[in-house]
Amino acid sequence: MDFASFFSKNLPYLLAGISVGGQYALIAIGYTMVYGILRLINFAHGDIFMVAGLLMIYSTTVFPLWVSIPLTIVVTVILGMMVEKVAYKPLRSAPRMSVMISAIGVSYLLQNLALYVTGGLAKPYPAIPGISATVTIGPATTKWVTIITPFLTLLLVVLLMQLINHTKIGMAMRAVANDFETSRLMGIQVDAVISMTFIIGSFLAAVGSLLYFSNYPSVVPTSGAMPGLKAFVAAVFGGIGSIPGAVIGAFIIGISENIIKGAGWTTFSDAFTFALLIVVLLVKPTGLFGEGAKDKV
Amino acid sequence: MKRKVVSAMLILSMAAMAFSTAALADDVITIGVFEPASGDNGAGGKQEVLGMQYANVVQPTVEVDGTEYKVELNIVDNESSTDKAASAAAQAAEGASIVLGSYGSPVCIAAGDTFLNAGVAALGVTCTNPQVTDGNDNYFRICFLDPFQGTVLANFAASQFEAKKAYVLTKLGDDYSAGLGHYFSEAFKNLGGEVIEETFPEGNADFTSYITTAVNEGADVIMAPTSTEAAQLIIETASAQGVTVPLLAGDTWDSNVILNAAKGKDVEIYVTTFYQEGADEEFDASIKEWINSDSTALANNGGDDTIAAVTVMGYDAYFMALEAIKNAGSPDPGAVLAALPDTTYTGVTGSIAFDEIGDAARDTAFVKSADTESGSWVFVTAQGVE
Repeated sequence: MDFASFFSKNLPYLLAGISVGGQYALIAIGYTMVYGILRLINFAHGDIFMVAGLLMIYSTTVFPLWVSIPLTIVVTVILGMMVEKVAYKPLRSAPRMSVMISAIGVSYLLQNLALYVTGGLAKPYPAIPGISATVTIGPATTKWVTIITPFLTLLLVVLLMQLINHTKIGMAMRAVANDFETSRLMGIQVDAVISMTFIIGSFLAAVGSLLYFSNYPSVVPTSGAMPGLKAFVAAVFGGIGSIPGAVIGAFIIGISENIIKGAGWTTFSDAFTFALLIVVLLVKPTGLFGEGAKDKV
Repeated sequence: MKRKVVSAMLILSMAAMAFSTAALADDVITIGVFEPASGDNGAGGKQEVLGMQYANVVQPTVEVDGTEYKVELNIVDNESSTDKAASAAAQAAEGASIVLGSYGSPVCIAAGDTFLNAGVAALGVTCTNPQVTDGNDNYFRICFLDPFQGTVLANFAASQFEAKKAYVLTKLGDDYSAGLGHYFSEAFKNLGGEVIEETFPEGNADFTSYITTAVNEGADVIMAPTSTEAAQLIIETASAQGVTVPLLAGDTWDSNVILNAAKGKDVEIYVTTFYQEGADEEFDASIKEWINSDSTALANNGGDDTIAAVTVMGYDAYFMALEAIKNAGSPDPGAVLAALPDTTYTGVTGSIAFDEIGDAARDTAFVKSADTESGSWVFVTAQGVE
């Protein structure tokens, strides 16, 4: 097979992989930042992503798009903060396992609330003009959101890295990630830093949900489970606690699973993701960028 | 404290007993409804129940052996889940003369033994997998089966589109999806066609790669017998990628969920179904009036008054059940079970009679296509098997 036809046949797989990888990356950052600071795997994160999808659906029935998009993001951020304040903060001095179990509880609570609100039916996601339109790139036809996602993801990651490396709150976050107790003794408002972490994580999850559900426009109460789990694997793969690691891990997982589907191994595409998790944990438990990374935020 | 709890429980149980005897005295016949109201098949299940509820409004009583009984529906949600199926079935069978349902074959297969042990007849409405009635003396059904439906679709693909190559996409671990996909593939190969089979896992939302493979392999039709939830995403992806080949599916896709997903998009969708709106205009008009007059019914039907075939099947199933109870001459579940095999009834969807396994003998299926401009179904053909 010559290169041109090989390329034209496989471009759609690659595009889908890069796009879904970018969306996983936006969720994965939330996992990795919270882990970096609290040493907590926030299992409710995927469900916050799902709730953001539902918020968008319900808000567009009342408000125009230019109101409902910011509203969705703001409410999602508030929800993320509320979860931290209500379910994690009171357990700060409890064993880490208790917080983890609380996170699992929040996850199921959100899923079942969504089940109650939606009546269990799949809700169609509204089309967002511009990014929901189709576009033809050479041999591949896809939606604009597929093209926009990786660029937007990288832009947000660059901005986030600037925030962490060059601002006062960023410095505080790095300090808290390094040593929780000492930071507190040094006069850092640890609670404010933790809130900020959840704000950033939830904000990115809301943006991720806008992109993800524009591409796959149907939301059910369990919609957050699979993307959340894969983003978590991406965070572990990249080295949990490291932001660039999570982003690179997410792109690798997104692209690999689509290549595997393209190769005709559709049945095993999810199995691959989780097999990868096991292999990484066995061979390099700290992930690609986990060890020696200074900024564990 | 302990004594208080015990006495409270005693009072409660006495109240419950008093309540149940009161219900008996009122001459009530209970028909259990074992249907999903949530989960993958929630939308379809609600529409099927809608038909039974409407039938219950049209015919709220039944005269058995000279006594007028009030008919009550005991609707139990099986959550589209095979783990919840047995307990939901037990609840539906509790005190029921007969149980109707379910939409979706996997839950029926999972609940089969529960009905067998409870000694209650179960009347499947639109569960099309052969395993539902096979080897289960208590399970009957009024719809056609997947081997028939799959063969009809294969014949349709071959005759209508002169298709040589089919891409079959099914959900991993879903008996309905895998079964129907398999029967289609078998029949299509027998007609001389070539088949590419792929599966997607639970919770998958990204169908881009699947559709790309179908296009790359040069498939003439895409056969995707999936739940309506996956269907929404498949239709969306197919349209976003500019797919021009027709999408085929079974009775599950016969739902306004599909119409809404396809509206305004450039996709061709063909489905086999049990009933085509317009076949009985008088019935259509009266059920539409009822749906529009009841806001809950309207919401359960997906917000408009399109009549899903499963709703009509639910309606027929209710009357079939009443017929069996009349023939039994008693609301006793054992008597109803004994009377059911010889019960016949001509409903809106045609005449219903059972063969020795308990399946309805049907020989044609309606094929219809989605008109993506107006968002309605258009009758295509009544397809038999060659």
